[in-house]
Amino acid sequence: MTPFNMMPFDWFAVAPALPEVFLACAAMGLLIVGVFSRGEVASRSVGGLALVSLVVTYVIMHAAKVADFQQAFPKGAVGFMFVADEFAFYAKGLILAAGVFSILLTPDFMNRNSINKFEYYVLITLATLGMMIMVSANDLLAMYVGMELMSFCLYILAAFWRDNLKSSEAGLKYFVLGSLASGLMLYGMSLLYGMTGDTSFDGIGILLGNGLPNIEHSVAITVALVLMIVAMAFKVSAVPFHMWTPDVYEGAPTPVTVFMATAPKAAAMLLMMRVLYQPLLALEDQWMQMLTVLSLLTMGIGSLLAIVQTNIKRLLAYSSIGNVGFMLVGVVAGTEDGVQGVLVYLAIYLTMTIGLFAVLLSLRRKNVFVETIDDLAGLARTAPGAAFAMMLITFSLAGVPPLVGFFGKFYVFSAAIAAGQTWLAISGVLFSVIAAYYCLRIVKVMYFDEGKFRPELNQPSNAQWIAVLAAAGVLVMSVFIDVLDHTAGRAASSLFRLEHTVARH
Amino acid sequence: MTTDMYFALVLLPLAASVVAGLGGKRIGDAGAMAITIGGVVTSLLLSIWAFIDIAVLNGSSVEAELYTWISTGTLNLSFGVLIDKLTAVMLIVVTGVSAMVHIYSVGYMSHDPSRARFFSYLSLFTFMMLALITAPNMVQMFLGWEGVGLASYLLIGFWFKKESANLASMKAFIVTRVADVGLILAVLTTFAVFGTLSFSGIFPSLDTVAAKDYVFFGHSFPVLELIALFLLIGAMGKSAQFGFHTWLPDAMEGPTPVSALIHAATMVTAGVFLLARMSPLFEHAEAVLTLVAIVGAITAMFAASIGLVQRDIKRVIAYSTCSQLGYMFFACGISAYSAAIFHLMTHAFFKALLFLAAGSVIHAMSDEQDMFKMGGIRKYLPYTYPLMWIGSLALMGIPPFAGFFSKDFILEAAYATGGDMGLMLYIFGTAAALMTAFYSCRVMFLTFHGKPRASKEVMHHVHESPWVMVGPMMFLCVGAVLAGWLGHGMTDTHWWNGAIYIAEGHLLGSHEGLEEVHHIPLLAKFAPLVLVLFSSWVAYWVYIKRSDIPARFAKAVDPLYSWVMNKWYVDELYDLLFVRTARALGLMLWRRGDENTINRFGPDGMAYVTTRGSEALRRLQTGYIYHYAFILIVGVMALITWFIL
Repeated sequence: MTPFNMMPFDWFAVAPALPEVFLACAAMGLLIVGVFSRGEVASRSVGGLALVSLVVTYVIMHAAKVADFQQAFPKGAVGFMFVADEFAFYAKGLILAAGVFSILLTPDFMNRNSINKFEYYVLITLATLGMMIMVSANDLLAMYVGMELMSFCLYILAAFWRDNLKSSEAGLKYFVLGSLASGLMLYGMSLLYGMTGDTSFDGIGILLGNGLPNIEHSVAITVALVLMIVAMAFKVSAVPFHMWTPDVYEGAPTPVTVFMATAPKAAAMLLMMRVLYQPLLALEDQWMQMLTVLSLLTMGIGSLLAIVQTNIKRLLAYSSIGNVGFMLVGVVAGTEDGVQGVLVYLAIYLTMTIGLFAVLLSLRRKNVFVETIDDLAGLARTAPGAAFAMMLITFSLAGVPPLVGFFGKFYVFSAAIAAGQTWLAISGVLFSVIAAYYCLRIVKVMYFDEGKFRPELNQPSNAQWIAVLAAAGVLVMSVFIDVLDHTAGRAASSLFRLEHTVARH
Repeated sequence: MTTDMYFALVLLPLAASVVAGLGGKRIGDAGAMAITIGGVVTSLLLSIWAFIDIAVLNGSSVEAELYTWISTGTLNLSFGVLIDKLTAVMLIVVTGVSAMVHIYSVGYMSHDPSRARFFSYLSLFTFMMLALITAPNMVQMFLGWEGVGLASYLLIGFWFKKESANLASMKAFIVTRVADVGLILAVLTTFAVFGTLSFSGIFPSLDTVAAKDYVFFGHSFPVLELIALFLLIGAMGKSAQFGFHTWLPDAMEGPTPVSALIHAATMVTAGVFLLARMSPLFEHAEAVLTLVAIVGAITAMFAASIGLVQRDIKRVIAYSTCSQLGYMFFACGISAYSAAIFHLMTHAFFKALLFLAAGSVIHAMSDEQDMFKMGGIRKYLPYTYPLMWIGSLALMGIPPFAGFFSKDFILEAAYATGGDMGLMLYIFGTAAALMTAFYSCRVMFLTFHGKPRASKEVMHHVHESPWVMVGPMMFLCVGAVLAGWLGHGMTDTHWWNGAIYIAEGHLLGSHEGLEEVHHIPLLAKFAPLVLVLFSSWVAYWVYIKRSDIPARFAKAVDPLYSWVMNKWYVDELYDLLFVRTARALGLMLWRRGDENTINRFGPDGMAYVTTRGSEALRRLQTGYIYHYAFILIVGVMALITWFIL
């Protein structure tokens, strides 16, 4: 590998990373705008500008894709450390969408709790930038930088409600445990570098594919593999590395929870797939076994513990853990169909999660938002629209056909069966039956129980129309699942099209 | 015509239905009616255009895809339209009758509080029926097939506060669902054998598949016969053929316009349409074809015999519908699909006319449906009276009305087919025609002639229906008079341009065969007409001249009379065989099987274990950060240990 300082800097080589470059500059700009304006104006203008920058980033990304920068500058950005393929494009689409909706859901909640500070939007923007780097990373260093940028922003965001005990506790817990995971990851990376002498995904992939010289190497590689998988499992909150999730979801301000439950989940899941399918593909046999166990545990714990929750945000935390478990089934399949299934699942999961939180954020009385499941009782009478949207989304979450949630599960399970992992798929179906219980319980509470909570619906907020949009999205996706399927299919095949993976098989 | 127009033709009623159904107070009853009528009339105009394009000007058939729902590997599910001559004819029938019924309902339902719902259902039905007849593949056809069943269920039970209406709607749904299992099996078997569900994919490969056998429950069957049999079961349910007919008379609980649209002109003919659409397949399944003919002949006879003694004006017409569907079936059974569709079309016009006229009578008689409480009202209904006579004459097959052309052609074709089978069909058909004439005249005489038997108060209110009801009847009357003349070219198989396939060697497969049908012996040709006239005269004699005869006759042949009066005891038999046993079995399985065995060890037991397990696991979530970190490290250690050792 050529040392960086030896390379003449080629400006055009940055071209594929243009969206990221723009977003980084935009984030700096946001900071300046925030500093030079005052009070509520600051948060409002920075919030608006953050939205605009995310949208513009998407536009640039799309333009870059149409102009095919990756092809035009085959050396890639910054010496192979960055790749902008279909897979990354799909991933960034999801991340940016999640970012946009999280920002839209923010101001109402933050204003009502008097914590609407402009730094929030800057942090979201930077976290988004980190995630975009993560999913485009083609090198251990890029991967780590992206992941840490995202994580640091999230630590601060979780503790954003400083004078709220739970929020600061959540931030602290997340930070300590997150650092532990980062440490493990770094350790794994250094072992990997030590054994292969390379940090680029392509290089590691080729070296591992050619076989290792001796047994000591293989032990070190296995340890490296475990450590890296653990760190990534921590980010997607796979069991048993999930312990932080319920506490942080519950403690963080709800808009932050929305963000954490969507974009970072997607980014970490996608990064995990890239790392496993590109540099670490040669270790397929080992990571498949590990992930099978993780997937079983995750599905099980996520579904079982969601049943006994009383706080909705904790319930959704376990629900998201369970969903990650279902997605891991697709990862374990080890085939293009499996990856495609996970990609479809992610898009569906994001839509449903945003929809559920939007419903929760649209239900409040004075400045108090719904907290417990009992608060939802009788919602069908007090807020029929919200109850209907919630019902539609929870049915989809439970996987009731023909709603779109069914297709997500169907794709990953059928990919697993096609790959010969029949038992894993069967367990997945069983766990999804358990998961259906807590989904249906929400509907039951809303429609059949008497409740005391009377939400005020007279002041329209973003949350209301986003809830409607998400519910409509669930319906539209159910009908046009084919379109999503094809897009995901292209993204998945780009993950498998790289030369060194072909060379190995 | 562009493909977009075809899509619009099908989708407009759906859009209208949605708007009318969800619009609520914002658009009001008047808005709902205007939108649905506008939608279906536009559909009618487009259908006429399509008919001219394809049927009159002999355009080639059109197949277009609207969108793909699922496409994975071998399974390809898409929605679209296939418009050939068969569809074009059906389009005219469906949208024509539907438009007239929509307009008629404005008057008929004028006092109903939930008119918007009614019109929304009507349009929904129209859409489903259009989806069925324009289907380019079996999946869309199945969707439409179930959709019309749903709409029929909703409309029969439209007056859901009436217990009998609820029961009737459930009966209709359940009985047809039982038959639908046949259709589902047909679809699945087709997919298993052909690997595709689109008609354009299935039909060309019929010859290669024809020789194959298919193993089903350990027995091997000739595969096409098997599919055809399944299709027949599905068709029998929808078209109320003998054995599955029980729901149709009960369906008369719905509002009368519904009976005219769904239970006379369109939905019940879906079975006949199915047979014609799948004619290439049926032509490869001789044995099933024979079965089709037998089923049809029995139904024609059986339903007509029950029609002789019913008291309820709508039930008579319902049994008559059942009987006429029998004609269409046995026409299909002797490969005279063209004749069946021809009869379907003429029947749609005159039977819808009869129902609407009956509705007009019921409307005039303050919702009285018992014919023995009517009589002597022809003076008060100056339009309904002649219109209903025209409908009846068309039904009886008196020239020059429409029914004469189509029904006689079917009988002639049966005769020309020859052999025992042909002769039997001919005799059954002629006997049914004889009875048809009798009960048609009976309806007319009892309803309009003689002395009034209704109470003074009712007679005082008797009035002709408003123009919004009479107008549609007149339109249908034009059809009932002219459809036979205009349409008799359809009987030639070549007219269909390949939409209907008849195998070599079958009667109507060639021009010579058609000639043969036209030149059967004069005696056979005129016997049905003479017998029809004779039985009309008998009806006149016993119901006008000597009105004491019917009661005396009924007493004289009591066992036979009660046998027929009780509809051959089919309902009682089903009650005993299926309803009671199913209920007893259900109770037993519920109490013993489910509650005590499965529930205790299954769901309840599992739920117990699950909740206890969840509670235990929850305790791990202590909230202490060092516990969390500990578990994380334990996880790492466990994985490393597992893979290194």
